[in-house]
Amino acid sequence: MKAVITVTGKDSVGIIAAVSAECAECAVNIVDITQTVLSDYFVMIMLVNIDELKMSFGEFSDKLDLLGKEKGLDIHTMHEDIFNSMHKI
Amino acid sequence: MINTSDILETINMIRQENLDVRTITMGISLFDCVSDDEKRLCDKIYDKITKKAERLVETGCEIEKKYGIPIVNKRVSVTPISIIGGDISPDGYIRVAKTLQRAADTLGINFIGGFSALVQKGMTEGAKRLISVIPEALTETQLVCSSVNVASTKAGINMDAIALMGKAIKRAAYLTRDNNSIACAKLVVFANAPEDNPFMAGAFHGMGEEETAINVGVSGPGVVASAIKRAGDCSLSELAELIKKTAFKITRVGQLVAMEASKKLDVPFGIIDLSLAPTPAVGDSVAHILEEMGLESCGAHGTTAALAMLNDAVKKGGVMASSRVGGLSGAFIPVSEDAGMIDAVEKGALTIEKLEAMTAVCSVGLDMIAVPGDTEEAVICGIIADEISIGVANTKTTAVRLIPAYGKKVGDKVDFGGLLGYAPIIKLNEYSPARFISRGGHIPAPIHSLKN
Repeated sequence: MKAVITVTGKDSVGIIAAVSAECAECAVNIVDITQTVLSDYFVMIMLVNIDELKMSFGEFSDKLDLLGKEKGLDIHTMHEDIFNSMHKI
Repeated sequence: MINTSDILETINMIRQENLDVRTITMGISLFDCVSDDEKRLCDKIYDKITKKAERLVETGCEIEKKYGIPIVNKRVSVTPISIIGGDISPDGYIRVAKTLQRAADTLGINFIGGFSALVQKGMTEGAKRLISVIPEALTETQLVCSSVNVASTKAGINMDAIALMGKAIKRAAYLTRDNNSIACAKLVVFANAPEDNPFMAGAFHGMGEEETAINVGVSGPGVVASAIKRAGDCSLSELAELIKKTAFKITRVGQLVAMEASKKLDVPFGIIDLSLAPTPAVGDSVAHILEEMGLESCGAHGTTAALAMLNDAVKKGGVMASSRVGGLSGAFIPVSEDAGMIDAVEKGALTIEKLEAMTAVCSVGLDMIAVPGDTEEAVICGIIADEISIGVANTKTTAVRLIPAYGKKVGDKVDFGGLLGYAPIIKLNEYSPARFISRGGHIPAPIHSLKN
């Protein structure tokens, strides 16, 4: 099972490191990253594997949400099924 | 990997355009609670609802987290109480309403529907008793919703029941006069009521339904309005295609949530209600979709055509996205719950006559409309009879949820708070239908050949 983590906010040093560290700590493996900076605005979409996730999905999502608040970023974690449902027939 | 633009589109729909799942409604049959003892009946009802829906709210919250989509309401609908209540006393019916409230409090749900009666052809003693105490029951409870089906295309229109409903609406308004006549916002009069509707105030668990079922209502007027805005100047054919595609995406979210809830709760999936349900929030209005389509204001000439197209396109897109469709399915036009409708009424662009015409081509009917507090009972009955006959003649569901706001007159406003929003008092035709209504009896079912 996979999840999509989207991170948006003002660019600063160490955003990817911080999100990756949180993922590693929760046994979440990063599968793919798309990242760009548009005039100081950081946008990242991360596809992660949550098969080995150590906690409930809700707790993982809350952890990243908290990290986002600490760093002044908007972080959303969503199960990949919602994107597959909406955009694939 | 999933396409980046698809991911951003979904997130934008949820964060900026108010896409949400409006409700997960669990239908619960109460047939096995029937008892000749009032206390035992209430105990069985309470036990069954709280047991079956024990994990409903918790599961709703889990799904919300998993998919990152708000699920605004978690609700329960039950078998129409007049059917299982039978010959208990009128006070007994009030006690059942309070039992439903107690169960709703225990579960932490937003509403419970089913304090209902089906009287399209005639009234049982139980139905008469239930209808006689609706005003008190809705005054003494907060989360209980009531509906009465007074007509169907097959049975015709029960005018005696409409007369009783006019009385019930006026009394409910009076009893909750200190609270903007709020009881009327929890009472709806139906023609051709669907048995699997997840939306309040009209939800009940019909007689042909399973023991329990999960019914989901989606929402997303803001998403459709934004898509139309982005499309710019294109033809109506292109617009219809665009609305279909958008409705497909919205409904797929509902289907996903419904399947997940059904699996987690081990309750069969019932239906998806293909709805565009507005809220008073900015950017969540059906009226604004119509305006985005090119009308200067909702209510202008052309509104009925625009709404008919919107409603049809939403159904066409939604049907393909879901394995089972039901409920009210279509665009809702509740005045107080839609910022654009409120504006249109306030500036005089939208009248009750136009609203009535609009209900001929979309879901539901005259919904959440505040009328002067001194409106005569017969006038309320006349409005109900008109709206109900549109449903009966066109083989569709129509409904009436009017609030004769006590002490208020045209130009005043009533504020119900939350999702129910606020409404300007709308002007009514002042001529009386009293003699027509007082005749009572039954309007026969319409013929369905020789169509004109």
